[in-house]
Parts: sequence; structure tokens; C-alpha cells
Amino acid sequence: MDFFKGTSDYVLSPELKDNVNVSIALGRPLLVKGEPGTGKTLLAHSIAESVGRPLIIWNIKSTTKAREGLYVYDTVQRLNDARFGDKDITDIKQYIKLGKLGESFAAAEQMVLLIDEVDKADIEFPNDLLNELDEMSFYIPETGETIKAIHRPIVIITSNSEKELPDPFLRRCVFHYIEFPSESLMEEIVYVHFPEIEKKLLRECLKKFYWIRQFDMLRKKPSTSELIDWVQALTVGGISPSKVEKELPFLGTLLKKKEDTDLVAQSSPGHHGFNTSIRTRNVY
Amino acid sequence: MFINFFFNLKAHGVPVSLHEWITLHHALSQNLNDCSLTRFYHVARSILVKNEIFFDRYDLAFLDTFKDIETTDEMLEKILEGLKKVKELRLSEEEKRQIDELDLDEVLRNFEEQLRQGHFKNHVGGNRAIGTGGRSTQGAWGYNPAGIRIGQGESRHKRAVQIAEKRSFRNYSSSVTLDTRQMKVALAHLRALLPIGPEEKLNLEATIDATSKNAGEIELIWENKEKKAAKVILMMDVGGSMTPYARMVERLFSAASSQISRFKHFYFHNCVYQDLWTDIERRDSINTGELLKSEDSDYKLIMVGDAEMAPSELTWVNGAVDYWYHNDVPGLVWLQRIREKFRDSIWLTPIQKRAWGYVQTTRMIADIFPMFELTLDGLDDGVKFLMQGKGRIHA
Repeated sequence: MDFFKGTSDYVLSPELKDNVNVSIALGRPLLVKGEPGTGKTLLAHSIAESVGRPLIIWNIKSTTKAREGLYVYDTVQRLNDARFGDKDITDIKQYIKLGKLGESFAAAEQMVLLIDEVDKADIEFPNDLLNELDEMSFYIPETGETIKAIHRPIVIITSNSEKELPDPFLRRCVFHYIEFPSESLMEEIVYVHFPEIEKKLLRECLKKFYWIRQFDMLRKKPSTSELIDWVQALTVGGISPSKVEKELPFLGTLLKKKEDTDLVAQSSPGHHGFNTSIRTRNVY
Repeated sequence: MFINFFFNLKAHGVPVSLHEWITLHHALSQNLNDCSLTRFYHVARSILVKNEIFFDRYDLAFLDTFKDIETTDEMLEKILEGLKKVKELRLSEEEKRQIDELDLDEVLRNFEEQLRQGHFKNHVGGNRAIGTGGRSTQGAWGYNPAGIRIGQGESRHKRAVQIAEKRSFRNYSSSVTLDTRQMKVALAHLRALLPIGPEEKLNLEATIDATSKNAGEIELIWENKEKKAAKVILMMDVGGSMTPYARMVERLFSAASSQISRFKHFYFHNCVYQDLWTDIERRDSINTGELLKSEDSDYKLIMVGDAEMAPSELTWVNGAVDYWYHNDVPGLVWLQRIREKFRDSIWLTPIQKRAWGYVQTTRMIADIFPMFELTLDGLDDGVKFLMQGKGRIHA
């Protein structure tokens, strides 16, 4: 069962690889959850590249309706066309536009479909897609057509757990929770992005990064993507490892809130966390 | 087939359905776990468990079921114990060619044979048995292209039972008091209170009207469906014993305020009296009586506090904990007034439920407000309680 082998630009754990392959073998959607910036969306890109199939991305917003993923019947356009009479409007088909899900079903080859941030939408949204994802087909009453998947698309669904997903939907998925990468895995990840980086600089960056992440009081903990931005800023700026050790240049790429920056700045560089207990000591 | 596991999962409170159990068997029948217990652990988890807060319970159920099982992983380890790493073997090209001619089936047969006879203890060099640095077809750090490699390099998988024993997902479990990491998840639960987004809809009648007035020129009239607004008031205890929780709940506040269309939050210290503070430093305040008079009673009220204080703070005139503060009406009366005004209300406390009975004031407040723990489970129950309108029938 080795459909998905991973790609050179995406570091993944063996469990995640297994789970991707399980979901492909069973023909079920893979639901990926995890902290922001752990590479959920990138996973789909990596899968598409690895299996050599085109990727279709369906970005979910709070206003997205399940039906939009299947098809949209553009009645207003038809009404407009009828008004000027310059087009044949008897053929309804030309006003039916397939959505992302519909596209992936109708395609001649197998597709990889990414449904990004499914939890952004209405709470009923996943339930409306149950049957479509199960059967991989849907019916368009306006034309009497049934769109059925010729090849079951590989479906990847990401969620930031902003909303609970309904149980019937979850039952049909294979689930993977991406944990925050450990220091050694993180080293690998950064290497993939910056193969030329100095080892000493990377070590120092990671040390600082995980040290900052330890602060419980942070409003927003920095994530992988922020670390990569930071490392890029440091390499472009030509900052030496010893400088990173002494101060924290370009802190703004890691921390986005003023309170957080203050908190880190107040803490001593000797890796003593400025946490609640120390603050209490200052007060009394 | 290990149906025990299914019931163990159920017993540990992991919500597994038959549907998922059958899916797991589909996966097993395709040998997606590759005959390894470790991969079975991950494959089964990905199919059976759909929320990371249950990972810990899954680990427990897994331990219960498979603790004493002898696996191939373990057998492998036993063999490895018998092996010692030696210097890598170097062979001439001629020798390599000879070895190339062996075929894999034969090798596998030989391997099993050797295993049965237990020929793997401290075997170094040699041509047939399992050992290290030899030319036999099995073992490590040796040379044989058709051979079986055992334990060379580091295994990327840890043993399943060990992984389960580590219980690294304990913190994700939903019965732990909320920490900052879980803030987002907690909010998700609050969001069950929340409105359905606005929707654009063609107003058919108005369109026909406008079109006729327009002498047949089509004029489309859209209407915006109104948001279903959730109205929430949060009142929170700051200072004193609640200090460790203050920042945490403040975060809950700030994140929640962007979600709910009509949202008000106030602070108090230990108990509510005639003033409610609008900032956490308790500088600006509004009059509680005014608030009760002016606001609609359909707000959902969430009180957050540990409900631990001296009984006098609840029952006495001038009983407030701050010596400079004078209250003509006891706190308990204020709480009752609030409760009477906002029937959809709950009290969240970071104190564990089993400890509630030991503190007199906690018991007194629990008599007035339906009380829930400030954990994911508690918040979940509390929000459900609010949504179902059960607050109205609570004594």
C-alpha cells in the first residue's frame, strides 16, 4: 500500500504517510487536524505531486454552502440572456457551472481534492456533503443529469477545530492529528526549505524558537511557517548565530502581538521564562 | 476478532460506531497495517478515533486489550538482543556474485528454520545462521543482497504498546482544566451559540413589482437575511483566588467578542454587588441595578468564578472582601436578582466538581446557578444547557 511516498519538499512522519495511504486504499476522505502552521494544506500539495494527479482546491468560507461545491445554476445570467434574446436559452446546461467537488467527479482522470478549512463553514455544511462523498455522485434536477465520479478523487479535508464536526461526517473519514513537530523533526523541515543554512545558526534559531513557545502567556504561539519566515529573514539579513544567541533580531516575524513581544523582551536571554511565578515574585 | 478492543474502547468512553469498526476490518483485510501491531495502532486510531481529545482514552483501551500480546516487533527485539554489532563485512566481487544467486523464497524458509531452532544467540560471522557481520541470509551489518535485514539502523516506528503506555495525548483529554492551548477548542464549543451567516436571497415579489414598474426591464431585488444574533453576557471573577485564571478567561472573552454579535462582559471580585466593572483593573464600573433594568432578558449569561469565598461575602451587608467597598445589599441577593433577570444562565468554575461540596459558598451559589466545570466537557455541557433552554427550568 504505497500510493503516497511523500515528496522531497515535505517532511512527514511515517504515521501520517500510513494514514494517507489507508485513506486512499479505503477510498475515504482524510481529515487532517492540527495547530495552524503544521502543514495541513501543504500535505495535499505533496500528495498531488507524489501520486502525479492534478490538485483541486476548494477553500471554505463562512458563507460557503455545500451546494456550491457541486454546481451552481446561474439563473440570473439566464434571465439576462432571455431579456435581450441574443442567445439560445433553452439549453439549461450552459447555465450549470460545476463546483469544485463536481469538477473533481467529472474529470477524466483521478483528482486530488483539497477541502480547506471545512470548519469555517456552517455547522450543517459537512452533513450536506455526506451522501456526495460516500457515493461520489450527485444529481442535477435542472438537467436531469447525474454526475458520477469516474475515478474516486483522493479527498483531503483540513480543519482547525474551530467548530465541532458532525458525527456522521466524522464516521466516514480517516482522521489524522498532526502534532507540533519535535525539535529534531523541525530541524529536518527547516533543512528542506533552506538546504544551505549554517548548522550553528539553525541550532540557535530552534533553541530560541522552542524557548519562546514555552511561554504560557503568549497570545499567539509562533508556528512552523513563522519560524521559516524568521530563518529566512535571518539568512537574508546575514545575522550571525552569536547575535541570535544574545538578542532576538527580527522578532516581529515570529510574534505578531505587541504584548507577546514585550513579554519575550522582558524575559532574560538566559532562558528564564518570564512566567506567572516570576511575575508574582516581582509584585510582592 | 479482537472484538474486546471494540468494547474496551466503548468502556473508556471513545465514541466508536459499528460503521467505523467495519471500516477498520476492511483496512485489515487489505493488510493496510502491514502485519505490524505498531502500524495497526496508528491505522486503527485514524479510523476509529476522530478527535484528538480521545487519543488518551484510546491509548488506555489499547493497553487494556493488547498489553500482554506477543508481537513480531517483540520477537524482533529478542533476536536483536542476541546479536552483537561487529565491524561491517567486506567481500570480494567474486564472493558477492556467489551470494547473488540465492533466491528470496529459499532465504525466507531458511530464516524461519533458523528462528525455530533458536540459532541466533551471539552469532557473529558465519554463512548460514542469523547473526551479525556474516554472509548468511539474515541478520544485520552483513552482506547478502537477497537477505533479510533485521534491526539495522533505527526503527522508525516505536512499539505500539510503548507508544500507548507513554500516553502523550493526556493533555489533550477533555477532562483537564482548560489551559491556553485548548482555548481555541473551547471557543469552538462556545461557537455552538453562534449565528448562521448572512445569506443573499432573491426577493421574488419585490423583483416582480420593480420589474413591472420598470415596464418589463428586469430589476432584481436582493434581500439580506438577518443574522440570528446570539446575545451573550459574560461576568467574570478577577483578583484573589481567580488570578491564575484571569488571563485565560480574558482570552476567552476577547476571542469570543469577535464571534458574537451582541456581547457584553463585566468583571467582579468574588461576588457581584451593586457595581460591575467593565475593565479588568476594576477602574470603570456600571451600576448592576441599571444593567438589570436596561438589558433584555434574552441574553445568555455566563458567570465565571471559583465561587470560593467567606460566607459573609455572600450573606452580609458590607460583606465585600475589599474593605473600602460598602454594599447595602448582600451579594447573595444580587446573584438571585441576576438569576431572576437572566433565566438562561450558567456558572463556570475552574474547581473540580468533586470539590464543590466541601465549600459552603460553592454550594450556595450552585443552588442559584446551574454550575459547570471550566473544562472542555463542562463548557460543552454548559453551552448545551444554555442552548436547550434548560436554564429556565432549573430551580
